[in-house]
Amino acid sequence: MASRIDVSIEHRGPEPEPPGKHPNTCPSCHSHYRDEELDESLWVCPQCGHHFSVRARRRVDQLADRGTFEEQDKDLRSADPLAFFDLRAYSERIAEAEMATGLGDALIAGAASIERRPCELAVMDFAFMGGSMGSAVGEKFARACERAAEKGVPLVCVTASGGARMQEGILSLMQLPKTVAAVDLLHQKPAAFISVMTHPTTAGVLASFASLGDVIVAEPGALLAFTGPRVVQQTTREKLPEDFGLAESNARFGHVDAIVPRPELRPYLGRVLALFE
Amino acid sequence: MTESTEGTAEQLRLRERLARLRDLPLLRGVGVSGELSRLQHQIDRIAEEPSADEVWRAVELARHQDRPYTLDYVERIFDDFIELHGDRSFADDAALVTGIGRFNGQTVALVGHQKGRDIRERTHRNFGMTYPEGYRKAMRVMELADRHRFPVITLVDTPGAYPGVVAEQHGQGGWIARSQLLMLRLGVPTVSCIIGEGGSGGAVAIAVADRVLMQENAIYSVISPEGCAAILWRDAGEAKKAAAAFKPDAVHCLELGVIDGVVPEPPDGAHENMDAAAELLGESLGIALDDVKKRDPKARRRERSEKFRRMGIFLE
Repeated sequence: MASRIDVSIEHRGPEPEPPGKHPNTCPSCHSHYRDEELDESLWVCPQCGHHFSVRARRRVDQLADRGTFEEQDKDLRSADPLAFFDLRAYSERIAEAEMATGLGDALIAGAASIERRPCELAVMDFAFMGGSMGSAVGEKFARACERAAEKGVPLVCVTASGGARMQEGILSLMQLPKTVAAVDLLHQKPAAFISVMTHPTTAGVLASFASLGDVIVAEPGALLAFTGPRVVQQTTREKLPEDFGLAESNARFGHVDAIVPRPELRPYLGRVLALFE
Repeated sequence: MTESTEGTAEQLRLRERLARLRDLPLLRGVGVSGELSRLQHQIDRIAEEPSADEVWRAVELARHQDRPYTLDYVERIFDDFIELHGDRSFADDAALVTGIGRFNGQTVALVGHQKGRDIRERTHRNFGMTYPEGYRKAMRVMELADRHRFPVITLVDTPGAYPGVVAEQHGQGGWIARSQLLMLRLGVPTVSCIIGEGGSGGAVAIAVADRVLMQENAIYSVISPEGCAAILWRDAGEAKKAAAAFKPDAVHCLELGVIDGVVPEPPDGAHENMDAAAELLGESLGIALDDVKKRDPKARRRERSEKFRRMGIFLE
């Protein structure tokens, strides 16, 4: 049995779009929008409230006060320490993701203010190799923690990740204790850590820093699970509850402090940051 | 490695690797104990890049049905051992055992995954796949150890944390994270050894220690070879290729700076001679523990954090 187990950390890139299906079509009610319309509604479906995935830079624009975000460690990049090659070379996958997203890796971080409260802001991007965490993501997150601790400001981190980046092998697993050690620094200071979990926050990221927020906030409908529903179903043959692993289920079982719809997120974070000041 | 190519990058790498090996207190310790030929064998093995077949052999041996499990070692290494049960909240997870015992004349706390030997025990032990209750039990015992200044030894052997509905509902991810955090905060010396499968988050949850060792034929990985193959090759049958690509064997883990030392096994693997395997493991654990015990608690804690903070390879 053990050999069949598809162990916990899974990640896939975004599912390929079926031909003819536009990314701006709501998967829930099939309404279709132009980019500007979705920008206006913060990428929440005006018809049914479905929360679309938000790219990292767009998320920064949604949360940070205009012009306050100063990105750090822009030039930090993933290496390919194992010379990993599956059907394609990892180095090729990184280059392609960089071209496609315009990002150096799956997390951007820097100083910002939210509702005029200074903080460090780190945001993950699922479009970069499924938001997976390799050495570059771990290092950028750890440095964001260090800057926050040094300045004595809170860290706000918005996660969207399938888990550890298996192309970096065991080093990607080591980003779990590494980011946990970084959060420990915040806890010791203490500097507040606000974890905002968005769809999806799973596996290695859920099993490390994301779960250690002083306050944990989730977006509606987000999948927040150590093991995703597909693997749980395949491995255990259990019948899954309809809301398996969703933010709502996590709230019911006590794993998150609040589910905050995207339009309310920025004012909510403003209030939280004010209380920690 | 051919002798004729002088000063190639590969030779340089080999030389560096050997230099690092000589600094390893564990290997020196094994040598002192009269296991010179074994030491030589191990150096020879480590000096060479393991082939795909060797990596796969480690995968097979790490999962061998007769491989010694945590309690097999406890029985042989500890002079006395009292198992402690339950997470004081909800359940007693049999996939992970905890307790206090006598090791080299001192009381230590022990945390270790436990697989089952026959089908009944395997089901009872859930194949060594822990629920959040298991990590909570581990944390409770580590806190006890911290209060009473008992060093903590953890033995890692799990395919991964249990991927089930109830485990998720009980907060699997969060407890794995909190267990790591607790291990970083412990004031007492901590030593971990991967004794079989070091499967992903379920393994690292109890492996954030001052010294992390790996048995010669253990594996430590972010995902199972089958899982990796299913995702990246879209075919679980390509597990051997996947294992060769992500290199979960002890030699590679040592090279990548993820572990601090390799614990030798009897020539054909730990399952061939449990007593000998236990002796070698006990010796290595003892050396590692003595080594970290010398540091004062504050410095030890800081060095532990810094060690994990440094892990990873990136470009800048």
